[in-house]
Amino acid sequence: MAKVTIDGQTIEVADGTTILQAARMVGPAVAPPAMCFYTNLKTSGGYCRTCIVEVSKGSDKDPRPMPKLVASCRTTVMDGMEVKNFSSEKVLDARKGVVEFLLLNHPLDCPICDQAGECHLQDLGYEHGSAKTRTDFERRTFEKISLGDKIQLHMTRCILCYRCVKVAEQITDGRVHGVMNRGDVSEISTYIEQAIENDFSGNIIDVCPVGALTDKTFRFKSRVWFTKPVNAHRNCDKCSGKTVIWYKGEEVTRVTGRKNQWGEVEEFICNTCRFDKKQTSDWTIEGPTAVSHQSVISANHYMKMVKPNELTLNNIKPIGMLTEGENK
Amino acid sequence: MQRLQIKKDMMQLTNRSKVVSNKEMSFKEKLYIPAILSGMGVTFKHMFKKSVSLRYPEVTREFSPVYRGMHVLKRDEQGRENCTACGLCAVACPAEAITMDAAERNKGEENLYREEKYAAKYEINMLRCIFCGLCEEACPKDAIYLTDRIVPTEYKRNNFIYGKDVLVEKIDERIDITKRKKEYTID
Repeated sequence: MAKVTIDGQTIEVADGTTILQAARMVGPAVAPPAMCFYTNLKTSGGYCRTCIVEVSKGSDKDPRPMPKLVASCRTTVMDGMEVKNFSSEKVLDARKGVVEFLLLNHPLDCPICDQAGECHLQDLGYEHGSAKTRTDFERRTFEKISLGDKIQLHMTRCILCYRCVKVAEQITDGRVHGVMNRGDVSEISTYIEQAIENDFSGNIIDVCPVGALTDKTFRFKSRVWFTKPVNAHRNCDKCSGKTVIWYKGEEVTRVTGRKNQWGEVEEFICNTCRFDKKQTSDWTIEGPTAVSHQSVISANHYMKMVKPNELTLNNIKPIGMLTEGENK
Repeated sequence: MQRLQIKKDMMQLTNRSKVVSNKEMSFKEKLYIPAILSGMGVTFKHMFKKSVSLRYPEVTREFSPVYRGMHVLKRDEQGRENCTACGLCAVACPAEAITMDAAERNKGEENLYREEKYAAKYEINMLRCIFCGLCEEACPKDAIYLTDRIVPTEYKRNNFIYGKDVLVEKIDERIDITKRKKEYTID
């Protein structure tokens, strides 16, 4: 066991836990943001540098501070370690720089992008970035690529987090999806645009923190805040069948995995559930998905709503806002 | 006496109230002519004052630059629609008056729509709209503006749901919104 203090809050965690995981155990108030680390994907993390923290005391045995800021997703805790995240001026400043680097080549096409509203890069830029760009250079652009007939790759938006590559390596059998070239010109690709034929390949859409990998069946159908997420399940012989289905009116516009507090899917779902089951009759509805009231997805969504009838306007009962935890 | 008592107990809001009396009128008052003349004096005085009304619709009053009237969906200099159906106006709208459906631009439509996505359907329910201008403020594409045009009256509720046919400006009839245009700077 190791005792670690993060932003003044002490927690005891098992040896081998990373600083990021320990911080997440403490809570969202101290947890650093992460763009490439994904709990369910082995060897993920260490690419994006958004989770950098300052270690002001190495351990009880060696109390010297670590000389540089460290990536918390790849650094394990030691007994007596003291970590500064949001309380460190140095970390906030460096993170602002990291966000600026991530946005160097990222296009400002949020009004068109299907990921807008649930995009981790939007949240990161809003919370940790600066409002203005300083670069004068052209952003790199790529042609759109179809990965199979259901997934679209917008390489222009990619931040090279490698999450989708890890999915291809670990969840799906046989690697058909990787990163080509190096450095500034590296790009995610299947080999010679081969279609990915695997039952779980659709999960690369869920793990993508930006809008680089999107669902073709959902393309331009709706903005996420016009749709209503509902927890649902079905008997599936390939996966757990536990999903979130997104309604626009009566129509199921898309199906995704269930994401937790950190935006990570706990159970990956198969392509049959994701792409082929778009009827309410295919699913057993559990109830509305709890959405944080800070999320734009909760905007204009109500529970226990009575449709106004002009003839009985005086009989309408008050409506309650859909807020987190209300359906628990 | 009792009436005065009630009046005293009531809270007085103005000093213009007068106690009503049933006193008999004098001979001069019974003639009525001085009262009529003083009344006519007030009437004739107004003939030499500036008129407060306008001959609408031949003459229209000048609008304040902050006036918020009927919406317009703008086109750019090349006549392409600015709106990309991002939905920010609809989510910003406190009255939930705006609905839209997006569609992908096809090849050959580049002269019609500026971005690769456009609003196939864009509706504002003018009965719900409260003309607050938040849609205009939310728009990242310079597409929606509130103009100094007045929403015309209608007999049917359905006619107040304005679609793209009413909202999008005609290519040969551009609507000037320079008064409403704001430049935002970020420090």
